[in-house]
Amino acid sequence: MPRKVTIVESIHSANDQLAGENSRRLRKAGLFSVNMMASPGAGKTSLIEKTLARLTPHYSIAAIDGDVATSIDADRAAEAGAIAVQINTGGQCHIDAHMLRNALDELDLPEFDILLVENVGNLICPASFKLGTDRNVLIASIPEGDDKPYKYPAMYQDVDALLINKIDLLPYIDFDMDYFLQGVKMLNPGLVSFPVSCKTGEGIDAWIDWLEDQIKGSKTT
Amino acid sequence: MHELAITEQIAEIAIRHGEQHQAQKITDLYLVIGELSTVVDDSVQFYWDLITRDTICEGAELHFKRVPAIFRCQECGKEYRLADGELQPCPFCQSSRMEIVQGKEFHLDSIIVE
Repeated sequence: MPRKVTIVESIHSANDQLAGENSRRLRKAGLFSVNMMASPGAGKTSLIEKTLARLTPHYSIAAIDGDVATSIDADRAAEAGAIAVQINTGGQCHIDAHMLRNALDELDLPEFDILLVENVGNLICPASFKLGTDRNVLIASIPEGDDKPYKYPAMYQDVDALLINKIDLLPYIDFDMDYFLQGVKMLNPGLVSFPVSCKTGEGIDAWIDWLEDQIKGSKTT
Repeated sequence: MHELAITEQIAEIAIRHGEQHQAQKITDLYLVIGELSTVVDDSVQFYWDLITRDTICEGAELHFKRVPAIFRCQECGKEYRLADGELQPCPFCQSSRMEIVQGKEFHLDSIIVE
């Protein structure tokens, strides 16, 4: 006899559970962790290099770089002073909590103060797969266009900070900042945002100040 | 290309609950997917047929219930939907202060077992 079984379980429940384990493990080891997400070419790796240049004199930092293939990004993070682990996702368009857990196994976690995770370049998939990091940061960039919050709402909904990179290109590109920010505001009211340029260094100070405040705040709670 | 990962998660949840209920076979799955949650296309059914071979889910049919996004304006309190799939300020008072009432759902609601 066919019968109905009511379930009502989130499709991401297994991933969310592993993300919770990652979160407990990272906190226990005293790490502050940040998941950096963006489309391909938005400047994730450049921004991580800038961030490392500013923070490595004061903190011990691990970087985990997710890519479909190659270790170019991890090599760049290592060059910039982090201990880097590459995750090759083998075709998957995102890092999931299980992949992060395996990458954490390769690091002596208590050695570090900060973990920067560079997700796979993609504006759809990383939004759904929580990793268990303390903060989720989205990097948008001017050449992508001002309509991205409207086209990829899930990505903008649950992040804790937004970097708007390549602002040095604003004079050359039709990018309506008011339209862009209106979309952001609708999806994530009060989201803190930092217009930056990795090229000129503009705005990087404000991003680093925010990040250091978050790190200090996490130590006192 | 996250559909494979999502399909595996759906199968894991369905098989776990099916086994708890001593099911010989799962014939139907009812999924609820909000307009603002993960993009899921027809490739899920394709992956489903591949990965559920020789499991109690083999041959089961996937039913998707799509839930439209609904927003409530924080200024005038009226509710509205996406316009042609695109986010918009409140069509009644133009405010961009709004809350998402529904559209973020992404869960397995129920299964039919034998």
